[in-house]
Amino acid sequence: MITIEEFIQKLELEFDAITPGTLKPESVLRESVEWNSVNALILIAMINTEYDIILNAEDLKSIVTVNDIYQIIKMRMTK
Amino acid sequence: MALFQIKNTKISGIAACLPKNEYCNRDYTWIPLEERELFIKTTGIEKRRVAEKGVTTSDLCFIAAEKLIKELSWNKNEIDILIFVSQSRDYLIPCTSVILQDRLGLSKRTLAFDVPLGCSGYIYGMAIMDNFLSSGILKKGILMTGDISTINCAYTDKSTYPLFGDAGTATAIEYSENSNAHYYNLGSDGSGWEAISVPDGGLRNYVSKSSLDEREIAPGMIRSNIQLQLNGIDIFNFSLSEVPSNITELLSSSDKPIEKIDYFIFHQANMLINESIRKKLKIQKEKVPFTIHKFGNTSSASIPLTMISEIRNELMSKELELVLCGFGVGLSWGSVYFKTDKIVCSELIEI
Repeated sequence: MITIEEFIQKLELEFDAITPGTLKPESVLRESVEWNSVNALILIAMINTEYDIILNAEDLKSIVTVNDIYQIIKMRMTK
Repeated sequence: MALFQIKNTKISGIAACLPKNEYCNRDYTWIPLEERELFIKTTGIEKRRVAEKGVTTSDLCFIAAEKLIKELSWNKNEIDILIFVSQSRDYLIPCTSVILQDRLGLSKRTLAFDVPLGCSGYIYGMAIMDNFLSSGILKKGILMTGDISTINCAYTDKSTYPLFGDAGTATAIEYSENSNAHYYNLGSDGSGWEAISVPDGGLRNYVSKSSLDEREIAPGMIRSNIQLQLNGIDIFNFSLSEVPSNITELLSSSDKPIEKIDYFIFHQANMLINESIRKKLKIQKEKVPFTIHKFGNTSSASIPLTMISEIRNELMSKELELVLCGFGVGLSWGSVYFKTDKIVCSELIEI
């Protein structure tokens, strides 16, 4: 299982708008990257290719912080 | 389960026709420059071709077919079947393939019908054509695929307008005893029909005055009910969950290791989807040619168009092992694995 630090590193690599080293587990995603459909797709693509997990529209609505996404991944990976 | 093989047919030739008129998504001022750049970077769609008003999909397919038939030196009287795969027909009634039979000067004994599929249409069209030809009773067929999608997209809808390009193609398929089999794996999931749809104009919601009313769905997304709506997230998740497993299943059913395939030609949906599929299947980049950056999403034309545009010389000069895969509107998807042997490929036509 990946750690939240490893997950944050992957997120920082994926989004140009995020300065590496600035993202925290409690960071609010919508404040760190401009939340539009293109960025939503980038997030879905990254999580699917890295962890083989699908985030649906409901998941996206429920996500507030970086830790929220990490918890979804953790829960579905251990299933 | 639609996992099957068809013997005794081969693709003899392919041609594709594009409108000359090129739109650059950098000039799409409906959205801010920064958003345009992010769109181009992520979807890969920088430019696309847009047909002039009055030009139909069948016009593009007709030009491609005329050139192909000439280059193959096929006698038009020998063409037994014509299939037009498209979601942009000339008239609501009758179907377009029959008009094309006459326009191409084919015999009245030609069997002609339309197949209204989109992104998966090339694979379905090939499978239908192969089924008609494999017994050898019908010998030669012309499969036409393509769409003019740009006419259905609202300029004021950023979720559809910059995605699509127009194109028409023609593929010659014929009976050929002892040819290598074509292996297919086809699927459908109608529960996702709304993800790419035009709500009004059919019988479920017959066209009315209110069909033309423009409504704001979300910021930057204003459209009417006779224009295309598209749910990117649903399409994305569908593509990632169905396409890689469909291809894995196809190749294991035909005992073909993925490394032995020379090229994978995917429907050109957008770069993020296509790259995610490629990464999941662990295919090298150079085996997956693409045209999305210059032609956009061209619906059922995208596969033959990419073949002509990117690997024409190899298709013409040697044997290749290919996997083609289409997926999208329906939801509908399919893949085919087969060996080609020196296909006649017309030079890309621009009008």
